[in-house]
Amino acid sequence: MKKLLSGNEALALGAYNAGLKLAAAYPGTPSTEIMENLARFPDINTQWSSNEAVAVEVATGASYTGVRALAAMKHVGLNVAADAFMAASTTGVKGGLVIVVADDPGIHSSQNEQDTRHYARLSKMPVLEPSNSQEAYDFMALAFELSEHFDTPVILRSTTRVSHSSSLVETSAEKQPAAQAAFKHDTAKLVMVPTAARVRWPKVLKREELIGEYAENCPCNQYIPGNAKLGIISSGIAFQYAKEVFPEASFLKLGMTYPLPKNLIKEFSQSVETIFVVEELDSVLEDSLCRMGISVIGKKYIPRSGELNPDIIWAAAIKAGILPEIKDTLPKINTPDFPKRPPLLCAGCPHTGIFFTLSTLGQRSALPGKPKREPKLVLSGDIGCYTLGAYPPLSAMDTCGCMGGSISQAVGMEKAGLGEPVIAIIGDSTFMHSGINGLINAVYNQSKITILILDNRTTAMTGHQGNPGCGIAANGQTVTEVNLEELVRGAGIKNLQVLPAFDLKALRNGLKNAISSGELNVIIVRGECNVICRKRSLPNTIDTSLCNRCDACLLLGCPAIQRDGDKLFIDPGLCTGSNCNLCSQVCPQKAIKTNEAA
Amino acid sequence: MKKFGILIVGVGGQGVILASNILCDAAMAAGYDVKKTDTLGMAQRGGSVVSHLRFDKEVSSPLIPQGQTDLIIAFEKLEAARYMEYLGKQTKAVINDMAMPPASISLGIAEYPSDAEILEGYKQMGIKADFIAANQAVKELGNAKMLNIYLLGYAASYLPFDHEILAGAIKKRLPPKLLEGNLKAFAAGYAASR
Ligand code: SF4
Ligand code: SF4
Repeated sequence: MKKLLSGNEALALGAYNAGLKLAAAYPGTPSTEIMENLARFPDINTQWSSNEAVAVEVATGASYTGVRALAAMKHVGLNVAADAFMAASTTGVKGGLVIVVADDPGIHSSQNEQDTRHYARLSKMPVLEPSNSQEAYDFMALAFELSEHFDTPVILRSTTRVSHSSSLVETSAEKQPAAQAAFKHDTAKLVMVPTAARVRWPKVLKREELIGEYAENCPCNQYIPGNAKLGIISSGIAFQYAKEVFPEASFLKLGMTYPLPKNLIKEFSQSVETIFVVEELDSVLEDSLCRMGISVIGKKYIPRSGELNPDIIWAAAIKAGILPEIKDTLPKINTPDFPKRPPLLCAGCPHTGIFFTLSTLGQRSALPGKPKREPKLVLSGDIGCYTLGAYPPLSAMDTCGCMGGSISQAVGMEKAGLGEPVIAIIGDSTFMHSGINGLINAVYNQSKITILILDNRTTAMTGHQGNPGCGIAANGQTVTEVNLEELVRGAGIKNLQVLPAFDLKALRNGLKNAISSGELNVIIVRGECNVICRKRSLPNTIDTSLCNRCDACLLLGCPAIQRDGDKLFIDPGLCTGSNCNLCSQVCPQKAIKTNEAA
Repeated sequence: MKKFGILIVGVGGQGVILASNILCDAAMAAGYDVKKTDTLGMAQRGGSVVSHLRFDKEVSSPLIPQGQTDLIIAFEKLEAARYMEYLGKQTKAVINDMAMPPASISLGIAEYPSDAEILEGYKQMGIKADFIAANQAVKELGNAKMLNIYLLGYAASYLPFDHEILAGAIKKRLPPKLLEGNLKAFAAGYAASR
């Protein structure tokens, strides 16, 4: 049957049909939908793990019982999981183990750009790279077979454009039955004490060689004959772009990019005059070909960073002299620099109040006409919706690097001897992911910082997945909540306040007290994410006869408050009214009216 | 037929993605190979959204190459102007005559461009855009949420397959209780384009 599926949907369906028994993931764009789609199948055991290392460990454990298992994450998640990931490579598997990693070339939604293929070399695991949804579906089955046949975890690498584009997929009607879990004691393989590991590692190296031999005939590596003048070597979505630009050329399309089919590559290189390597991100293929003594052109013309597209490849080919310069038939258009439209905290977001408080106490924003001041307070940030608090007008975040880093970095700043108060800001989901390690460290090392845990009861940024603190499992079931207050107290925190997210006075007082105490402090700011909140009430309105355009309300950065010529108004379609009411607390003229009952 | 490329642009929350999913279903029902891809800002929180959709006997790149858009459907004026490099002389343009100023404009850091500025590129390229008051039209129909379907209705006459196929795709995607109103919006949009 033919279906239109996104790459992530195809990966999920492919795994299901291959007899998957367990899947574990931490949400992260562009990988999130893999788990969301798997969780729809009641016969697969699915979980949002608290972080990616946990996800790989859970999947590895399942594999040890002989069932097929999968862990999914985004590229930066693999950094978190690196230790567990290397361990899985060393022991190998029992049931098939696939680790899906989705890279984000062009940094659509990440803190950096990195090429997961490097991890293959490090771990000696094979990497499969689908270039469309059909391959995403087919390669998943292949990955499980390879995993079991060669006793290795397999990396299935996707990229944003593969994960998030949809194309037609011919799916099979049959589903392989899932294996029954059974554990066979095998300490030589599964207990990696040095004596055992020393035996195991040469096997891993041998395994790599064998997979390389297999790669020569693997159906996922395709020779597509064409014009002998130009040979393109490519993989993943870059292949699709290259195909668009060079419809006549010969192609070696690599579905497995590690280990490489060396003979196949040599044969191909002898059959064409010029070889152009078209790959997204790093020169992984190109470097390997160079080491094989094959001369190619590639990254000299194709950028090492950012997402590729047909136009970039086109331009590179012209520069390299492979394609003739075309007389541009399109007029060169000079359009003005249009104002950007960055994402914002939603209207009614429970993070707005605390960021506004941080912004005012920290002298971050100024009313129109008032001079800008030197910011006070150092705000150590983390990853989630609340990172959007870094944009003006709130401008209330000074650092943001990696998941769970805010608390530890804040401790570092304080211990370095910073005179100013340091405040760490982290969301509930990120706290459960790895922020808790920082908290434990802060207690242990007697830090004096203030930690804000913004608890909106969900993992909002990636699309509202559950996390251990909100008690909603991957399949939507209600499960035991991990109690944040008790967890924080249990770690040894004495100064704990829980503040309502929409009460500006309480937030201001609470924050001032915490800072002035000079002690280690945790404040949980609690308020439900507006997107999943069920309570609704009538929108607020601005009485223009009272409004004197002081613009204080605009400093909230609420997208519902807009300007029409000289007048301010509230967009009734966006405002969440008395659920929020932040603007009416800010307005010094009392011009913003609440309209209670809905 | 040469590959048909459709660019749908708008602001997060306007229903761009649903519209492009429906168009995909329709192109598939019309017997084409279809590829589509959406680009969203960091999250869908009110940022700029663009969806690329291509269909033909066979499609390789899901991204439309520069100049090869056959139809652009813009849900918001400023967004209509942002993706100019994808447009070409052959492009048909359906633009919702509506401004949603980004935050920088409310804050007075930036200015919303004038209609002339927005259309300057279209003018240079020789594209005659249809400026339509879609928000007004759906308000009159009684539901602002039907904006995307109204715009699809309007754009239907620019597609290389029958508008009934598109109506069929809408029936498959939407829940029954929303169907009647949306089909009315679709028909109204289609009628407005004729
Ligand atoms: S999704 Fe929720 S948490 Fe994220 S910005 Fe919107 S209201 Fe705030
Ligand atoms: S009450 Fe005010 S701040 Fe809250 S969503 Fe409505 S307009 Fe925005």
